Amino acid sequence: MLLIKCPFCGPRPEIEFAYGGQAHIERPKDPMSLDDEAWAEYLYIRNNTRGVHSERWRHINGCARFFNVRRDTISDEILVTYKVGEAPDAVPEKDRPTKGGAVR
Amino acid sequence: MKYRLSSGGQVDRSKPLRFSFDGKGYSGFAGDTLASALIANGVHLVGRSFKYHRPRGFMSAGSDEPNALVGVGDDEARYTPNLRATQVELFDGLVAESQNRWPSLSLDFGGANDALSRFLTAGFYYKTFMWPAAAWKRLYEPMIRRAAGLGRAPTAADADRYTQLYSHCDVLIVGAGPAGLAAALAAGRSGAKTIVCDEQDRMGGTLLSEREAIIDGLPAADWLARTLQELGSLSNVTLLPRTTAFGWYPHNFLGLSERVTDHLGRKEGNLPRERMWQVRAKEVVLATGAIERPLVFPDNDRPGIMMAEAARTYLNRYGAVPGSRAVVFTACDSAYRAALELKGAGVHIAAIADVRPAPEGPWVERARAAGIDVRPSTLVTATHGRLHISHADLASEGASSSETVPCDLLLMSGGFTPSVHLFSQSRGKLGYDEALKSYIPQKSVENERSVGGCRGLFDLGASIADGFGGGLGAVRGAGGTPVTEQKIPVFVQSFGQDGFIGALNGKSRRRAWVDFQNDVTVKDIELATREGFRSIEHVKRYTTTGMATDQGKTSNMNALGIVSHALDLPVPKVGLTTFRPPYTPVTFGSFAGQSRGKLFDPVRQTSIHDWAAEHGAVFEDVSLWKRAHYFPRQGEDMHAAVRRECAAVRNSVGIFDATTLGKIEVVGKDAAEFMNRMYTNAWTKLEPGRLRYGLMLREDGFITDDGVVGRMATDRFHVTTTTGGAARVLALMEDYLQTEWSDLDVWLTSTTEQWAVIALQGPNARKVLEPLVEGIDLSREAMPHMSVREGRICGVPTRLFRVSFTGELGFEINVPMGYGRGVWEAIYAAGKPFDITPYGTETMHVLRAEKGYIIVGQETDGTVTPDDVGLAWAVGKTKKDFVGKRSLARPAMTRDDRKQLVGLLTVDPKVVLEEGAQIVVDPREPVPMTMIGHVTSSYWSAALGRSVALALVRGGRARIGKRLHVPMAAGNIEVEVVTPVFYDTEGKRLDG
Repeated sequence: MLLIKCPFCGPRPEIEFAYGGQAHIERPKDPMSLDDEAWAEYLYIRNNTRGVHSERWRHINGCARFFNVRRDTISDEILVTYKVGEAPDAVPEKDRPTKGGAVR
Repeated sequence: MKYRLSSGGQVDRSKPLRFSFDGKGYSGFAGDTLASALIANGVHLVGRSFKYHRPRGFMSAGSDEPNALVGVGDDEARYTPNLRATQVELFDGLVAESQNRWPSLSLDFGGANDALSRFLTAGFYYKTFMWPAAAWKRLYEPMIRRAAGLGRAPTAADADRYTQLYSHCDVLIVGAGPAGLAAALAAGRSGAKTIVCDEQDRMGGTLLSEREAIIDGLPAADWLARTLQELGSLSNVTLLPRTTAFGWYPHNFLGLSERVTDHLGRKEGNLPRERMWQVRAKEVVLATGAIERPLVFPDNDRPGIMMAEAARTYLNRYGAVPGSRAVVFTACDSAYRAALELKGAGVHIAAIADVRPAPEGPWVERARAAGIDVRPSTLVTATHGRLHISHADLASEGASSSETVPCDLLLMSGGFTPSVHLFSQSRGKLGYDEALKSYIPQKSVENERSVGGCRGLFDLGASIADGFGGGLGAVRGAGGTPVTEQKIPVFVQSFGQDGFIGALNGKSRRRAWVDFQNDVTVKDIELATREGFRSIEHVKRYTTTGMATDQGKTSNMNALGIVSHALDLPVPKVGLTTFRPPYTPVTFGSFAGQSRGKLFDPVRQTSIHDWAAEHGAVFEDVSLWKRAHYFPRQGEDMHAAVRRECAAVRNSVGIFDATTLGKIEVVGKDAAEFMNRMYTNAWTKLEPGRLRYGLMLREDGFITDDGVVGRMATDRFHVTTTTGGAARVLALMEDYLQTEWSDLDVWLTSTTEQWAVIALQGPNARKVLEPLVEGIDLSREAMPHMSVREGRICGVPTRLFRVSFTGELGFEINVPMGYGRGVWEAIYAAGKPFDITPYGTETMHVLRAEKGYIIVGQETDGTVTPDDVGLAWAVGKTKKDFVGKRSLARPAMTRDDRKQLVGLLTVDPKVVLEEGAQIVVDPREPVPMTMIGHVTSSYWSAALGRSVALALVRGGRARIGKRLHVPMAAGNIEVEVVTPVFYDTEGKRLDG
């Protein structure tokens, strides 16, 4: 079970969270101006990353806030968690999750 | 007693225990396992093999035991099949039975399979039972299932209680053998919060059967006692014996199964049978040791053939002597130690057959000095004895003749396989060690380290030093301050690390077993490679080697060696099968924990539930809610009750508990803008005090929910959702609000549990309600259809909706949840003069279907647009954007041949269609016919005196007036397509 650091509540077990799909897919500001292909791209096309994946999680059984996670889909290591609207690099090292597995 | 030493070991000879095996009584001592007690009684035949029903005895003394599986329990409610007799602790009155035999263990008719073994090779299921296909289900599978198998499932529900708990620690140490205990000392003395678990009833691992070693100046047993005492005195250390770490899950989360009361025999106090520990450890120390590897030689599966270390354990730990005349067959030094110790206990060692050409070293010398016949380059080429070994054939390697040696015990040892199961589950990378002929941990992925035997260190001194160092490293890793390194001196005769994997004497025509539990022989594996299986994962699945309940603990490496030899590939090229949880079988009860019976799933009940129950309601489950389905009176079935309830609503007044509707309070300066974006409808112009039917799409344009929404104030909406959709709708709203439109000033609050909702429907609804309401003018003019007022009812604050899901004059009275029943009863009393009738969800469904009102999830299935179900009017055409709007503009969403909601009237009005039935144009078309739609709702309409149905039909609206067909098993049903409103088509009754 993943240990996920909610940026609002701290580290909590995976069962407190709901997965929210790929992160950083912004809803187009004016959907009606998009052609069908561009709209379908927004609606359906997602990465299937082998490696570091940016994804949304929601602390549904906690503070109920959405936030972003960068997770390695191979090792399940969570590299960083950050609030909506934040850049992952802006998270100070000390606030990053204690790893569930850096390779020794 | 012939097979029990008069002293020594850890059994308590002052506490004899009675037990029975297959109905026969025996006695053992406190401290025995079922296996050691049976061996002390001279019993070795304990099971029949899975496929060939071969007689089988004890091979090991631990959790790796493949043969001695037994059923334990004298009571069906506490019966457990497939327990390893080597792990079943003896208690007074224990009842055990063997498995997979009929009529008895010594006379098993299934043994006929053994004679047919030529036809039962690898993959025989796939080859033999191919034809005819229909016979598989009726004949072959039941036959195979009867003939092959392990234990039987108990027939009664489990009477025991199981609990689960979470725990957090700095250091979790798995395994309390020498390395694990040394690690525990290091972590414990450093003050780290430490948990030590071990699958055995006593901690100590190999130290429990160690006779010679001196550790820190003490005999091994005394050092063990002192160490356990020290650890027990440390408040930061938790010792968990009888606890198996069965699985590793991401981020250092381990599952531990603790057997709490099984060994007590009877329930004491309120203790659970098992506890499931879910441990999140900052650091894990794996000290899981190693498993001795069997040798693969012809006839190696007879009772009386066991691992050399197992014989040591029975002898030294339990004082149980596994035979009187032994042949030892080995590829390494450790079996010499076993031979010497058995000899010391009076067992005659007939010979040590060593596969190595020139065995040497201190252990070999000691054996020779003790007068044991040591034979280099010697193999066991056959064994004899029907139910127990009686002779073994020994031959020099390459020789054509053999010598037959009488014996009642054959010890084997092919070296040790490190137990890397948990390490591998943690996704750590393994590397093959050619000298050890084993895979050992190479690179960690999680915060863990392996110490001692499980990483290939088999020397006791090295193992203890490694454990202590590993414990200190774990403390450091967990952020603690480790105590200083301490050298624990160990004096013990060490031995070389030889071993062997694969099959010996592979040319023999006799069968040599690799996987004892699943009855896989060398020939099976070789056959698989000849048939083209090259990946070890495929060989495993085709031959089933390593797939039994022991998960190949004793067989995987030998299978690998045989495949490597057959394909002429080095072992690392053949690969290794994946280790998966659980390490040993875990009970379902342990996983279920308290989630059984009433606690299996939460049950949601409204505050009116008890009234409904008292008035005879039959309930149905709608998501987690219990809803009154209908209220039968004496002698009524559902249809009769529903007809009466429908008539009451249409003719006078009915009362319905609508509390389960989802409710969300949408509040804030930008609430209307938010509603505009979330729902298809336009909300800006909706005045406070008015209601509107709201329709919600997903971004893909398909209907996901609907509900009536009241505008309570300019900045406040009372949103209702479907009963099942409440959580989904709130989640969708929160998603957009938090991640896309965080600039909007809006708060969302679930109020489902805050409001009880009483629907009062029918032409007399107003008359019933009026006397109870204060501060609200209920008149037609003051409170028209689709309006909401705040005031009081029976003195309780209410949000009173004038709304109808029945087509009649109707109100939905929202009151604080706790007042639900009181207000309900008051309305019910006031309605008596009008013969007010409580109705359930079935009547609600019929009434709304008569009006053609859809139910999301019944008329829709996630592929339905607003226009498909005739709700294009609810879509705000002038709105620039809302969730799903862009998708509605895709060409596929506007095609004429989409499935559209229509009404169906059967030509024979008495026929009620089946919901889900398919609709065709031409019933004479050959099967499969062209299906153009399906029935979504179908009921008997009391008001119309005939059946009515709703359906989604391709291009349905263009077919109105035409006839279609519903072909059923019993014959074709002809239907007429109509507009989907059957009752009061002008909607006048709503304005009553």
